[in-house]
Amino acid sequence: MSDVLAAGELRLLAGTEQGRPLDFAGHLAIHGELSLPTKRKDDQWRSAMLGAIEASGLTGRGGAAFPTAIKLKGAMGWKKRPIVAINLMEGEPAAQKDSVLAAFAPHLVLDGAEVLGAILDAAEVVIAVARDNPGAIDSLNRAILERSGTKRSRVDLKIVSPPGRYVAGEESGLAAWLDGADARPTFRPDRPAILKVGGRRAYVENAETTADVALIARHGGQWFAGAGGGLGTALASVSGAVFESGVFEVPLGTTLGSIVARAKPRGRITGLLLGGYGGTFVGPDALDAPWSNDGLRPYGGAVGAGVIVVFDDSSCGIAEIARITQWMSHESAGQCGPCAFGLPALATDLMLAANASSSGRLENRLTGLLAAIDGRGACAHPDGVARMVRSGLRVFAADLAGHLGGRRCAASSSPTVLELPKNDEVLEWR
Amino acid sequence: MALRLRVDPIACDGYGHCAEIAGELVTLDEWGYPIISDEVPRRLVEIAELAVRQCPRKALFLEKFEPRR
Ligand code: SF4
Ligand code: SF4
Repeated sequence: MSDVLAAGELRLLAGTEQGRPLDFAGHLAIHGELSLPTKRKDDQWRSAMLGAIEASGLTGRGGAAFPTAIKLKGAMGWKKRPIVAINLMEGEPAAQKDSVLAAFAPHLVLDGAEVLGAILDAAEVVIAVARDNPGAIDSLNRAILERSGTKRSRVDLKIVSPPGRYVAGEESGLAAWLDGADARPTFRPDRPAILKVGGRRAYVENAETTADVALIARHGGQWFAGAGGGLGTALASVSGAVFESGVFEVPLGTTLGSIVARAKPRGRITGLLLGGYGGTFVGPDALDAPWSNDGLRPYGGAVGAGVIVVFDDSSCGIAEIARITQWMSHESAGQCGPCAFGLPALATDLMLAANASSSGRLENRLTGLLAAIDGRGACAHPDGVARMVRSGLRVFAADLAGHLGGRRCAASSSPTVLELPKNDEVLEWR
Repeated sequence: MALRLRVDPIACDGYGHCAEIAGELVTLDEWGYPIISDEVPRRLVEIAELAVRQCPRKALFLEKFEPRR
């Protein structure tokens, strides 16, 4: 990662401009003290805190954008004391924000974890970091050590490290692993699901949202809503055909084009993948759109997990879609037939399309396969693949038509811009 | 309130027994996994219940839902 931060008002990443990780003293110097109640179940403090989060309008930054205050209110009504799990699994390969928060502002995440733990009167607070991310684990361990022994640490924080696989970061996959099973998603007839760990209900919160809670606990809800026209700031992970990929904190509603410009695009932009690998492709016309769910909706896009992957004329869109699909098919937990068989079949046919070596009828075949996987797994993994492929084939429709007519585009033999992490050879779920 | 048939895709083994029992409600995809039509019409409720009972993996269940009309 070259340019982690750039100019502009920073909140989550304040004080890290020079690429300097904040130790506990530095963190307190930038953000100030955080006051937490001294006794358990301090109802006055809890309702004030909930009120501030409500006033902030904060929504989950992990992808679903559900209002955090409503989620908390629900969990405050649970009978037993819950387990709070902070999710730093960085399930999205094109996202870097969990790693950036862990490396540069670990204390903000830990503060937020303490606040959530205190609001919910948690029996346990765990910080989940994928075990293939030793840098993040080290940084958080160091931060926890720095705090322990100071009278500022009132909540026991424990790091746990599940296997780092795409669907293991899915809430139910994470909860299943914490509960002693494999880190695969479970089937939940009703969503939002009831997640249980050791007989207790689990409250899973994404890292960025947790860090936002730490800021709101200090500065209040109005302050938070003072950026981004009431929406606050968010972390954008920009990668792909850019010279300086990185994580940028921007007010929501900043135009997509100006966020992308900070990462210095290499060539003529032909499309962008938004949200995550299971997100939506949009065309270059969306560069004028505000980067917010309302602003992106007309283009079919969403902020999701904050991922922005840039594609340009140096690579073939169809080949890119095929590669992402292949990667996603390796990440299937292989539990559900339509996902286990449908994703590899889809990847194969997309490869055929990319190589322009199809024997007719491929377009119908693709449509049929997309229908066969969409909504037919226990988790949303296949649905995300279907969304990504459908939107990608729309954005690169002209290329697809050319390929299906046996005319490969000029860029189809050049390498793809995506740097996909290697799928593990041996699948590890425990 | 209407009834619909649902499948737990993790439990399902894809041998397609349900499609033999309740062919009007279940078709199979190219790998043998059930594709289930949305609403179970009243005249087929008994057959749906039979499919639920006969599913070797207990992967099928009936669920009440509010149909969108
Ligand atoms: S849909 Fe795919 S990824 Fe999700 S649980 Fe089923 S097999 Fe696993
Ligand atoms: S009978 Fe049960 S296990 Fe067999 S295909 Fe149907 S749902 Fe799946």
